[in-house]
Amino acid sequence: MSYLRTSVQRVDAALLGKDAAKLLPEPSRRNFLRAGASIGALALLTGCDIIDGPSAENALRIVSRFNDRVQAMLFNPNRLAPTYPETAITRPFPFNAYYREENAPDIDQDDYKLLIDGLVDDKEPWTLDRLYALPQETQITRLVCVEGWSAIGKWTGTPLREFLRRIGADTRAKYVHFTCAEGYSSSIDMATALHPQTQLTFKYDGEILPPKYGFPMRVRIPTKLGFKNPKHVIGLVVLNNYTGGYWEDQGYNWFSGL
Amino acid sequence: MLELGSTVVRPDSPQSKGPVHPLYVRVTHWINAVAIIVMIGSGWEIYNASPLFPFVFPKAITLGGWLAGALLWHFAAMWLLVANGFVYVALGVATGRFRRMLLPVPPLAFVRDLRAALSGQLTYDDLSVYNAVQKALYLGVILAGALIVASGLAIWKPVQLRELTALFGGYDVARFVHFFAMAAIAIFFAIHVVMAVVVPKSLRAMIRGR
Repeated sequence: MSYLRTSVQRVDAALLGKDAAKLLPEPSRRNFLRAGASIGALALLTGCDIIDGPSAENALRIVSRFNDRVQAMLFNPNRLAPTYPETAITRPFPFNAYYREENAPDIDQDDYKLLIDGLVDDKEPWTLDRLYALPQETQITRLVCVEGWSAIGKWTGTPLREFLRRIGADTRAKYVHFTCAEGYSSSIDMATALHPQTQLTFKYDGEILPPKYGFPMRVRIPTKLGFKNPKHVIGLVVLNNYTGGYWEDQGYNWFSGL
Repeated sequence: MLELGSTVVRPDSPQSKGPVHPLYVRVTHWINAVAIIVMIGSGWEIYNASPLFPFVFPKAITLGGWLAGALLWHFAAMWLLVANGFVYVALGVATGRFRRMLLPVPPLAFVRDLRAALSGQLTYDDLSVYNAVQKALYLGVILAGALIVASGLAIWKPVQLRELTALFGGYDVARFVHFFAMAAIAIFFAIHVVMAVVVPKSLRAMIRGR
């Protein structure tokens, strides 16, 4: 929960200084300054330590932010990810996370609440019963991992755009940020948040999500790489500030669109 | 025959005193060399995250340090590879150099030249005329280049470019195509470097033009 609180404070501060924020350097610009110094260092020094080192990665993040913009332009909001028949489902569906399967967070469904913050009309937290009562759809789509492997699964839940409509989200905002019970986080562009296949997911293969697949709720986005499909989601923030995410902050491309 | 405006007269022809390789070929060649090394080195590190075969590439010959670093390199060098490759192919077609230097490849000449090459009897007196084995290898690596870019796009954008991905037989098959196109380019690269060492004046021609 502390992760959500952190981001909530950040959001409030951001909202207070909404106009002043334009004057502040964007994360990409701060990266640019850091990376500029790194290119200088790269020119002076040679060897694999530098090429494989963190300074070169910072330099490359400029290009990664450029790739974010290119991918946002390539993204067609009406283009659907391919869907598959039941027979195509990968069984067993692989577990993948930055922790071991037995360390998946154990969430008490009676205590669970989805906290809402940012540019929305209704910030009332959502209980699981209330979430389960939302209209639901099922999709059989391919999850593509940043590692290269892929697997086809069956997910059931509420389209995120329907949920955003119900909470009165400002869909002109740039980002939707998700925080997770185990400390994970990720953020996505609004165009992807409004894509018809982007889903608040409650079930996998017809059953309530088991802990390993993200009980009680994950976000399923078949137009993005797997790491942008956060599990155990406990917080949703609509905002205009770039917030990155767990893997994104370590160097994975932020947009990561398919 | 005129090309690139009207100032250069058949620079690639054996009779002319022009360079064996015009400037654009030499510049794009060396930019391509850098781009290919970065793409393959980082590609091997990306491969290692989820190997297609029961082997991984030794860390010492991969680029990026870890998956995220390798992806950053790969998706930065791709711009260099594609932009440079586009200039090279566009000028190669527009100037007629491709047609003149690489076509045709008569099958009988290919067999004859391959036999001669393998027994060390091929001569390289005139660098401005490619033998049939050279033509086949250069054409082959250009095709492999086109294939690796197309399969790479299919893996990168299996939703936005879903028709392209489907053309390859789906996402998983496109990964194998991407791998085998890399293998073809890597084999070409190895032969290419060996030949540059065996025939040093060919390396000189790619630097100085003659």
